[in-house]
Amino acid sequence: MSTRLFGEPVTRREDPRLLTGRGLYLDDLGAGALEVAFVRSPHAHARIRDIDVSAAIEVEGLVAIYTWEDLPGALAQPLPLLIPHPALTHGRTAYPLAREIVRHVGEPVVMVVARDRYLAEDACGLIQVDYEILKPVVGVEEAAQSAQLVHEGVPGNVGAHLVQEVPSDAGLGAREAIDAAPHTLSFRLDIERSASMPLEGRGVHARWDADDRSLRVHSSTQTSTSVRMAIAAKLGLPLPKVEVIAPDVGGGFGVKIVHPWPEEILVPWAAITLGHEVKWTEDRREHFVSSAHERAQVQSVRVGFDDEGRVLGLDVEILHDHGAYTPYGIIVPIITSTQLLGPYRIGAYRVEFSSIYTNTVQVTPYRGAGRPQGVFCMERTMDHIAEHLGADRTAVRAVNFIQPDEFPYDQGLIFQDGRPLIYDSGDYPESLRMLKELIGWDDFPARKARAAAEGRTIGIGVGCYVEGTGVGPYEGGHVQITSDGRVHVSTGLTSQGQGHETVFAQIAASELGVPMEMVSVVTGDTRRFGYAVGTFASRAAVMSGNAIALACRKVREKALRIAADALEADPRDLEIVDGEVRVAGTPGASIPLATVAVLSNPLRYAFDEEAARATQFAGAASYDRPPVADGEEPGLEGRDYYSPIRSTFASGMHAAIVETDPLTAEIRILRYAVVHDCGKLINPMIVEGQIHGGVAQGVGGALYEKMIYDGHGQLLNASFMDFLMPYATEVPLIETAHLETPSPLNPLGIKGAGEAGVIPVSAVIASAIEDAEGIRIDRMPISPSDLFDLRRAATG
Amino acid sequence: MHEITLTVNGVLRQAEVPARRLLSDCLRHDLGLTGTHVGCEHGVCGCCTVLLDGEPVRSCLTFAVTVDGRDITTVEGLADSDGPLSPVQRAFAECHGLQCGFCTPGFLCTVTALLRDNPAPTDEEVLEGISGNLCRCTGYQNIVKSVHRAAEIMAEEP
Amino acid sequence: MKPPPFEYHAPRSLGEALDALAGAGEHGKVLAGGQSLIPMLNMRLAAPGHLVDINRLRELAFVDVTPQGVRVGALARHAQVERDGPAAAAQPLLGKALRLVAHPVIRNRGTVVGSLAHADPAAELPAVLALLKGSVRLARPGALRDVAADDFFVGPLESAVAPGELAVSAFFPAPPPRSGTAFREVARRHGDYALAGIAALVVLDNDLRITSATVACVSLGPVPLLVDVSEAVGHRPAASADWASAAGLVRDRIDPEADIHATAAYRRHLAGVLTERALRDAAREAADA
Repeated sequence: MSTRLFGEPVTRREDPRLLTGRGLYLDDLGAGALEVAFVRSPHAHARIRDIDVSAAIEVEGLVAIYTWEDLPGALAQPLPLLIPHPALTHGRTAYPLAREIVRHVGEPVVMVVARDRYLAEDACGLIQVDYEILKPVVGVEEAAQSAQLVHEGVPGNVGAHLVQEVPSDAGLGAREAIDAAPHTLSFRLDIERSASMPLEGRGVHARWDADDRSLRVHSSTQTSTSVRMAIAAKLGLPLPKVEVIAPDVGGGFGVKIVHPWPEEILVPWAAITLGHEVKWTEDRREHFVSSAHERAQVQSVRVGFDDEGRVLGLDVEILHDHGAYTPYGIIVPIITSTQLLGPYRIGAYRVEFSSIYTNTVQVTPYRGAGRPQGVFCMERTMDHIAEHLGADRTAVRAVNFIQPDEFPYDQGLIFQDGRPLIYDSGDYPESLRMLKELIGWDDFPARKARAAAEGRTIGIGVGCYVEGTGVGPYEGGHVQITSDGRVHVSTGLTSQGQGHETVFAQIAASELGVPMEMVSVVTGDTRRFGYAVGTFASRAAVMSGNAIALACRKVREKALRIAADALEADPRDLEIVDGEVRVAGTPGASIPLATVAVLSNPLRYAFDEEAARATQFAGAASYDRPPVADGEEPGLEGRDYYSPIRSTFASGMHAAIVETDPLTAEIRILRYAVVHDCGKLINPMIVEGQIHGGVAQGVGGALYEKMIYDGHGQLLNASFMDFLMPYATEVPLIETAHLETPSPLNPLGIKGAGEAGVIPVSAVIASAIEDAEGIRIDRMPISPSDLFDLRRAATG
Repeated sequence: MHEITLTVNGVLRQAEVPARRLLSDCLRHDLGLTGTHVGCEHGVCGCCTVLLDGEPVRSCLTFAVTVDGRDITTVEGLADSDGPLSPVQRAFAECHGLQCGFCTPGFLCTVTALLRDNPAPTDEEVLEGISGNLCRCTGYQNIVKSVHRAAEIMAEEP
Repeated sequence: MKPPPFEYHAPRSLGEALDALAGAGEHGKVLAGGQSLIPMLNMRLAAPGHLVDINRLRELAFVDVTPQGVRVGALARHAQVERDGPAAAAQPLLGKALRLVAHPVIRNRGTVVGSLAHADPAAELPAVLALLKGSVRLARPGALRDVAADDFFVGPLESAVAPGELAVSAFFPAPPPRSGTAFREVARRHGDYALAGIAALVVLDNDLRITSATVACVSLGPVPLLVDVSEAVGHRPAASADWASAAGLVRDRIDPEADIHATAAYRRHLAGVLTERALRDAAREAADA
């Protein structure tokens, strides 16, 4: 395998079209389509008494109005619960259009189809829904204690409850171990709600071909194959008659993995019913109140440790705010519970979570998917231990690290993929060493003192995490080399800016020995590849990267076999360089892959000169074998799947230096450093870009982003004016260093990188502010106003 | 309905639009120029930024009728048609200044004007210049690099 | 989030504009920069029956500088005023405040007069007008009136512009000799509305002692509050002025509200901190003048 391209910062294939405005995002499609808008509930909890559409009927350009009562068959049922789990005893999902009860502001009640979006919104504005307002439950602690129910028959608003325990080596449970420990601490942590908030919202475009009775849907989704299955099931269509394509997608960050959104089945249904293309493009307000949020948890922590800071027992109780529905199951709190352990080998562990319903937008994964919360818990714990002992915060962490010679390391839990949580590789001590050097950890006390002498307050923080990536169950790759020498690669998962077209082309070009320009890649199109899971959980490179590599290896093996025949050589003596198969060290003895592709398909008819070479009278026939041998297929194609035994564990450590204004309490990040290990790097430039983006979202989550609900369940900051995402001026320079501990679990030795940047940031910033101020920071995000309050409370 | 004429990317275009038609929608749907993107429709994200008589403006906060008769440049017009990419576009490609590409047209228009008015901006001036454009993918690191690289390219070429 | 329909007027002369506004009465809104109005329309928080688009009234795009001060026409964009050299020289506080208004791209369309007419207590320019004791000129067919800043800002998002009137220009008086100004604010993100902001004007006598010190407050009450802190700082040189006392006086006079971004107590605290910082800056500039 030529490693010329694998590992290189190749510039992206996607860029020429994206830089010239020739990208094709969802709303760029369907110029002639009818457009959709929704009447969405303005109340957090209400019973629908009546829907009066009479005033809307006269709106010019109105085409149709639908409520739940119009929905047939499976469409009228609740949306699927995607990831069931035994502990999710009271899972609940929404109806595509509200049936009698609405449970959060933003829940769709009426669908309006009109000539354009302006007119559809006009019609929506004239539809009168008569609501009987019910008492909403807001806030996870309130909901856990309230007699008020979000769902009938779900006592205590508890959707799920799960306890996981790992005893110490000596067989002690966490509570016993803590009670017996020399030191104990207990404290509470709060993380507030945030959201993925991609700059492109959701969107669906559907076209029904009545002659062919086939449906083509475009959706701004992270999983076109799953959307396809859901649509086929809900609309009662044969699967081969439904195709779903993810076009260019303007960011996902988790929110677009949920499927099917109500709109993903309603829009196709409307297209079929109306016999016309229909399109829905979400606007920003809709995204705030009808997509998904994440992050909100309350954690109660008890930890027992020894004089060196070794954790002997850790007991965590989590209240997880699930919002109104659980379509994605309890993946987020499961990930929090399991990834909480980080790079550490602790004594005994007990984690209990209750996943609580509230009358707010549903909670599904957002980049990090529960890891930021888990890391916040563990890293604050480490800091508190260090503070209690008067020890260095990195020393306390180091003493708990899993050592490089202890891999594979079994944490004794079941991970989000249903498989054992076993770390495959990593080098945490070396990561920490690199990080300390990068940020200047050892010099910092002197810097801090100098700053203090100038009247400046600065602090340093650190945070470590381990991230399970590349979860299964599988992804596939298909590679075809055609008679013009082009290499066509496809995989079923999707792209939202990760550079898959480039990265997968790098892999294929390296595996096959062809120039990258000859390789094209298609992702997320069920017409090209029908079996996939999706892009999420930092899995695309690991899963599809490996699957494509494996598919390429099949193609390569076949190509060499055919070429060996044609060149009368031994396949083992052949190499492929720049698209030519040649006998190593023998110039002149070569055959282009294009010709091999021709030869691979024995033809009856010659339609061009190239094809003539493969016809039945062209070459030396072998009369004792059929033209296509048993078990063989015509053509130069390979298809393979990568299905991992379990996840592969990336890791990283971040550090930050912050400055706080002694008077205004403004917080500024002076430096931000990242050491990151995702195994082998396919394209270092792209990996770094992923880290940058993750850190920026982390900065948002640490200092700015918070969904603010009032007691009535109204989202007070449902716009970019008041939900504060960082601009360039809010994100510091991010300094990165890489470490590579290859994964032994997959052929390419890679680990995922997509979420890494965001995972520890809140913990790191809290750690740094605490160091600067000498005040406990146990709730994130933190604003200057919050810091001001904390200062006043600290001085009494 | 109002008949309006806009010169877009050097080409005279006509459209018939209601007064409330946002310029962003006019460009995208009436004129088929979908390169300009819509992220928020309240003027905060900057995805919709185009050049109006060369000055960057939010097309989602402009009615098409207001700019009847004016000159507009969108991302589709930053490179010469069928020509090479502009220095700004090239720099973004070189420096990996985009990932999903949704915010990119807004940045490109903003940066094109910025560098035209200030060909050698300092770090601070770059940050100030792009401070009104949101990006959720890149963390801005490579966007800042792209702006400086574009300035370099422009200085190197006549 | 598409705007609701409205009757659109595109007058080509001031007279036409005034007639259209008069006809629309209380159902009419002026469209100039649109950077505050159009988001409200897009979110359907406002649905004026008539929009009078003054963007073709080029004669209102002036920035006139005289020894008395700077008069800005209704169509003069923030960016235009910001870049106007003579205006910056004549009244430096304008430029200092404009740099803090939203983001550069918004400033390419938003207008100074529009910002004043919008009367957002969280905006910078109303405070500047109040501090400098400027005025806004309002026109209706056949009549013009100047309204002093004191009377112009009536309440949050409520100005003295009556239905049928057009704010045609605003006047920012030139600073007195030996004076200095400053503008200090704290915002969550760069370019956001201020959590609290203070504009300060300090005037010195020939002995460089403070003869007057005033501040105007942003985001600290329903309208920009003007606070005369001359007595608090004392008739002293800047170096020995009692800035802390001025800060205390401001903290006592303001009436900040809590919102999702900051508590009232924090705003009050910021008011004090920013008062001291702004006054100090202004005094320094006055001493150098």
